[in-house]
Amino acid sequence: MNSKYFKFAGLITVIIGTLAWLAVGGIQDTQTYYKTVSELQTLSPEARTKRLKVAGDVAPGSIVRRGKEVEFVLTQENRTLRVVYNGSDPLPDTFRDRAQAVADGKLAHDGVFHASRIQAKCASKYEAKPGGKGGDGAPVYDGAAKKVS
Amino acid sequence: MENIGALAILLALCFSVYAVLAALLGKWKSKPLLALSAERAVYAIWLLLTCSAGLLIYAFMTDDFRIAYVASHSNRAMPTLYKFSAWWSGMEGSLLLWAWILSTYSAIVVYTNRRKFRDMMGYVIAILMVTQAFFTFLIAFPENPFQVLAVGKGVTDVPDGSGMEPLLQYWSMVIHPPMLYLGYVGFVVPFAFAISSLITRQPGEAWIHTTRKWTILTWGFQGCGILLGAGWAYAVLGWGGYWGWDPVENASLLPWITATAFLHSVMMQEKKGMMKVWNMVLISATFFLCIFGTFLTRSGIVGSVHAFAQSPIGKYFVGFLAVGIAGVVYLILDRLDYLKSEAQLESVVSRESSFLFNNLILLASCFAVLWGTIFPVISEAVTGEKISVDAPFYNRVNVPIGLFLLFLTGVGPLIAWRRSSFESLKRAFKWPTILGVALMIALFVTGIRHLYALMSFGLSLFVVTTIVMEFYKGASAISSKSGSNLLFSMVELTHRNTRRYGGYIVHLAIVIMFIGFTGAAFNQDATTDVKVGGTYHLGRYDLTLRDVLVGDNDNYIWQKAVIDISVGGSKLGTLEPEQRKYKVNSRPTSEVAIRRRLNEDLYLNLAAVNEEGSQRMATIQSYVFPLVSWIWIGFAALLFGTIVCLIPSKVKMQYARTEVVGYVRKDATVPK
Repeated sequence: MNSKYFKFAGLITVIIGTLAWLAVGGIQDTQTYYKTVSELQTLSPEARTKRLKVAGDVAPGSIVRRGKEVEFVLTQENRTLRVVYNGSDPLPDTFRDRAQAVADGKLAHDGVFHASRIQAKCASKYEAKPGGKGGDGAPVYDGAAKKVS
Repeated sequence: MENIGALAILLALCFSVYAVLAALLGKWKSKPLLALSAERAVYAIWLLLTCSAGLLIYAFMTDDFRIAYVASHSNRAMPTLYKFSAWWSGMEGSLLLWAWILSTYSAIVVYTNRRKFRDMMGYVIAILMVTQAFFTFLIAFPENPFQVLAVGKGVTDVPDGSGMEPLLQYWSMVIHPPMLYLGYVGFVVPFAFAISSLITRQPGEAWIHTTRKWTILTWGFQGCGILLGAGWAYAVLGWGGYWGWDPVENASLLPWITATAFLHSVMMQEKKGMMKVWNMVLISATFFLCIFGTFLTRSGIVGSVHAFAQSPIGKYFVGFLAVGIAGVVYLILDRLDYLKSEAQLESVVSRESSFLFNNLILLASCFAVLWGTIFPVISEAVTGEKISVDAPFYNRVNVPIGLFLLFLTGVGPLIAWRRSSFESLKRAFKWPTILGVALMIALFVTGIRHLYALMSFGLSLFVVTTIVMEFYKGASAISSKSGSNLLFSMVELTHRNTRRYGGYIVHLAIVIMFIGFTGAAFNQDATTDVKVGGTYHLGRYDLTLRDVLVGDNDNYIWQKAVIDISVGGSKLGTLEPEQRKYKVNSRPTSEVAIRRRLNEDLYLNLAAVNEEGSQRMATIQSYVFPLVSWIWIGFAALLFGTIVCLIPSKVKMQYARTEVVGYVRKDATVPK
């Protein structure tokens, strides 16, 4: 009777233990600090060498393609960050001027951010903000028109 | 017109509050007429919401750009189909869809149970209508779809709307959201029945039998929704994947995992009266995860590539979840005696135990995914740093879980209840094991060294063999009795017990999908700059850029790479990946070109076109995705299996349960 419960308890412990071990390892290996462009300036020198995700808006007209590399500038609150992307994934269609983008990679000593992955969303992509402004889509109705209930 | 729509929503809100009160008071004060009025109110809510949904659709169809929602999600040039689906392309509309589906489900529940479960329907209605009131409140006040554009006090309109995101203008995106919502919302019904029977301490497992079909149907819808989303991501988003462990994807997966666990563990309750607390917890967890998923996608709390707007409605969801979870926890703790198990686990090698482990690791998977999804929020609260985890984290945890599940898929259905002897195990699993191991060895010899992939293929064959053996065993018994052929006997067999054999088909579908997932271990990719006339290689393919074409039409400007594909000198065909830039909003989209085959997909994306002197050059991202098609085949099989499960069995199978209905003293005389 008791040995049966020991067996169950043992098996469950082994399974949960293995999964927990995998999970902890997974978190340690893939964890990335999520920062905005302006937060990046205040980062400690030690943290700057870690893998980072930096969020900001793509500066209009800054996207330059050079073969496999794509260079662009992320801005936020008048701060800018030059980003060079040379990952293997195609850039998402949502990556375009004024889109909100998250660059995933490392900061080089010269201040250029080398990204291996880009995620992007357009501010107004699936959702127009109340008031209908925002987004690159050059909204057809302007800010003068407001939503009222 | 927008006034009528908004008024209908307001009235629906009033009615749903009324329905909650009337249902509860009718029950407590034993006033049948009051209880009846609650049921009528449910129908009225359906009518009202149908009316307001109809008005919204009408506004889309007639290009009524005074309504802000229409103006920001549609434009004149959009095809009618997409004007219709624009209904759920934004926050307000999709919440209206949520509320409308719930009202439809509620009306069906009330109608089909109008003569049943009189003692608990009051609570069922109350629970459904509390949820209804919550969602109707959201569209009545903070997210009203009928808000109009105005300058000062005068209602105004715009000449043309800003249109739906081109990426969403794709066939599967038309049905993906409603499917997911049919799933999300559907779990409210089994939850309502479960909690009601807990409140009223219903004897037996009536709520499970009644809601079984609901659960399966809902589960099927949700699975369908998830897979349609995956197919869309693969074919349209152009990042070469079907699953990215994005928070929004995770949100849809979480309740599906707990629902899968629930579908399995209810069998334990039906057959053995075990795991009652567990089932109560699972169905509640599923319900709350559905609400949580809606919250996650709608509140912008976790950053997501799906880019849903930040919205103030998050706090309402938190409140609803907190109150709901507290209530359910209290109810379960208060009624633990009612949920007492009627039997005990007897052996590690038994059907019970396989269900136990199935549940354990499904829940572990659910927990890991949930943890990863909200990790940024937790880490920010604890350390002040926003830390996110990536796909490798999810894969590392979920791949072994998936393999273990695959193993249980083969073992579970064949292993005996209570305990299994070694002899019976040998009988059931000798051939599957031999074949599975043989396949692994064969693959190893041919050079495959990827451990997980080897295990996955081996286990897949193991499971397939068990399922085929089950069908064969049953069908040959029928065919030897009736003399009909094997195929017919198989159909007959399935029809006799659709639940069991439909379940096998679903298992088979899952195996097929796993084969497709495993292909990802062998993906190949290359990013290449190539001049017109140049050739490059990927895997076994030789790819030649024959030409780069540029053109334009009314809607967009396009550039296209024409690429000839050949293998070992023989030409296979031409693929034309394309880039478009829409004129109306200068949004670029890439149209990937995919050559789909059973063994592998060749997937080309045109990243850029450059001019170098007089010569055109293209940057092409090329991928080989082995076995991806099997995921979609598995999807079709999953649908088929789910439908089979829903067909009533020809032979009514009642689980044999011994229940003490009463006892007579030995010397007592039984009245005649």
